[in-house]
Amino acid sequence: MNHHKPTPINKKFFTPGTIALSLIALTGITFLMGRFLFGLGAVTNLNDQFPWGIWIGLDVAAGVALAAGGFTTAALGHIMHRDKYETIIRPALLTAMLGYTFVALSVSVDIGRWYYIWHPLIMWNGNSALFEVGICVMLYVSVLYIEFLPIVTERFMGKVNLPGILSKLNGVIDKLLRALDRGLDKTMFVFIIAGVVLSCLHQSSLGTLMIIAGPKMHPLWQTPILPLLFLLSAISVGFPMVIAESLSASRSFGLKPETEVLSSLSRFIAPLLGIYLLGKLGDIVIRETFVYLTEFNSISILFGIEIIVGVVVPLRMFLSADVRKSPTGLFIASMLVIFGVLMNRFNNFVTAYNPPYAIEAYFPSVGEIFVTLGFVAIEILLYRLFVIIFPVISIPVSKAYANTKYAIRGVLK
Amino acid sequence: MSQNRRDFLKTIAAIGASGTALSAVTPKKLKAGPTNILSDERMGVLVDTTVCIGCRKCEWACQGAHDIEQKDFDTYQHDDTFNKDRRPSAQNLTVVNKYFEDDNPITAKLQCMHCDHPACVSACIVGAFSKQENGSVIWDTDKCIGCRYCMVACPFQVPSFEYDKALNPKITKCDFCFDRTKEGKLPACVEICPVEALTYGKREDLILEARKRIKNNPEKYHNHIFGEHEVGGTAWLYLGPKDFTTDNVFPKLGNNTAPGVSESIQHGLFAYFVPPVAVYALLGGIMWLSKDRDSKKENK
Repeated sequence: MNHHKPTPINKKFFTPGTIALSLIALTGITFLMGRFLFGLGAVTNLNDQFPWGIWIGLDVAAGVALAAGGFTTAALGHIMHRDKYETIIRPALLTAMLGYTFVALSVSVDIGRWYYIWHPLIMWNGNSALFEVGICVMLYVSVLYIEFLPIVTERFMGKVNLPGILSKLNGVIDKLLRALDRGLDKTMFVFIIAGVVLSCLHQSSLGTLMIIAGPKMHPLWQTPILPLLFLLSAISVGFPMVIAESLSASRSFGLKPETEVLSSLSRFIAPLLGIYLLGKLGDIVIRETFVYLTEFNSISILFGIEIIVGVVVPLRMFLSADVRKSPTGLFIASMLVIFGVLMNRFNNFVTAYNPPYAIEAYFPSVGEIFVTLGFVAIEILLYRLFVIIFPVISIPVSKAYANTKYAIRGVLK
Repeated sequence: MSQNRRDFLKTIAAIGASGTALSAVTPKKLKAGPTNILSDERMGVLVDTTVCIGCRKCEWACQGAHDIEQKDFDTYQHDDTFNKDRRPSAQNLTVVNKYFEDDNPITAKLQCMHCDHPACVSACIVGAFSKQENGSVIWDTDKCIGCRYCMVACPFQVPSFEYDKALNPKITKCDFCFDRTKEGKLPACVEICPVEALTYGKREDLILEARKRIKNNPEKYHNHIFGEHEVGGTAWLYLGPKDFTTDNVFPKLGNNTAPGVSESIQHGLFAYFVPPVAVYALLGGIMWLSKDRDSKKENK
């Protein structure tokens, strides 16, 4: 077996691709400036009938779900100690950290009084599902930053070299880094378990959010088991996200795809999707809401796409050994699962929401779409920047180096 | 990777101790919920839409009572206004619309219903909404972060948001003239109504009065007090000649409280923090038991 070690990738940051992404990011930022100068109404199509749009439905709800690779791989690698998956934990952790940072940013641009974002910390409402989501996300972002710290200390320990007058601080900073590294080494397992618990809590509470909308939400999606369905779908999209992202990174950096690890990871996906599909179908059968599927309209079409293209097809694909062995098959099947969860969150928060006095249906404005795309673009750019600076992606090394520690440290061994 | 059993136990013990210390300190300082009083003495308003003449003076008086710009008093009685159904907003916390236009039209005043079990109070992330002892559901500008979850939650689609403001946009809705009733005054709309279409009083008395009116004039009224049981009951109660839901004066709503199962789910997941702590312990156990799994395999 090859030995892998996380290493900063030695590539240029600017390529035609990153320049295109930067342009999208700049467009998004321009629209965001409009939001901060002239209010939400100037940039979005939101109104009193439709108070939430794609900034909540996609950027926040789908963003949280798609960052599930962080806690699912942490559970597999660190808690169940499946050591062979260690190479994928760091990339998944980075995605989760960036993902959640942008979830928090999306919330702050969507709320009317962004400068009061800290209020939930001291003003509590234990009855509110949104309060639970807010607190858990704040805690989990902090946990993700702590989990990432050892990668930062590993990168700079013994290499602190500040220019000019600041060089006098080199020794002190190095000592601090070493102290931090030792402390984290001993306590990291606490944060790893906390991260998994917090994720389970807010992934499910995100489903509880729309229950209070009651009859405003279409019965195909409005169900008391929404929290369970949100948790199951988040767990089943975790590994596909890791696979799609690992394959894209390998391609972008010209590395050999880690097909062996990824195909053995993909064995878990079909059973997880199966459980989710059972929950989803059981729900529409028991509540007899399948009657709405006999009508042919945009609602039933969107529901059909979500289930068939986003769950059934990838489930069948992941059952096939041929698909699991081929990078292309893995990539397509994973992208379908990701698409399915995106659709599900969009449907729950946008399609299903049908207020009693709607004048016209909500469709996202150009500004909303560009801000969403802009955030995704900045996330990808930051991912590239981080893997160039920090040892995140594992690349093969000769045996002599193989014993260096390469997971997040502090895990019981 | 120098984690031994002793460190593990020590750290677990430290977390346990700090957790206990935290829970001992927090309840005194922080209340885990907003004011939500369901008093037997709570007040309400009975709206008799068969009496309302659609003069919209209530809109004018409401604006005056809430420092909102008023138009000339005489311009309010224009039938043009009824050409389209309006919704309460920052400029009009209450609006009068015309319904059942085809035969025997009625005019009905709409505003916050002041639910007995308000969805907005349950939903608000920071507890900016509260249900007061006199029945008013009011909003606190000092807490609100502008997330608009109250608007998602409200079954009557009442709260409105100032989308055109970059700084300090407000959630606006009828506050049942909380500042006026505190001083013993009537709500502004009730006070000005020239035909007594609005009756202010204790909610339970209003229900008796409404039943009496239906009994005395069964041909005039549809036999239903809207708001008596809908979403668990509302402070504002409506009488009319027909079923209000047939012309979307109000949406069709069940009798379960507006927050519905949302609160039970929320509390079930967090019952005394037992489920989260149990999951934490379970994962810790799995982590501890499986820690040698792969190294053992390698040694064989």
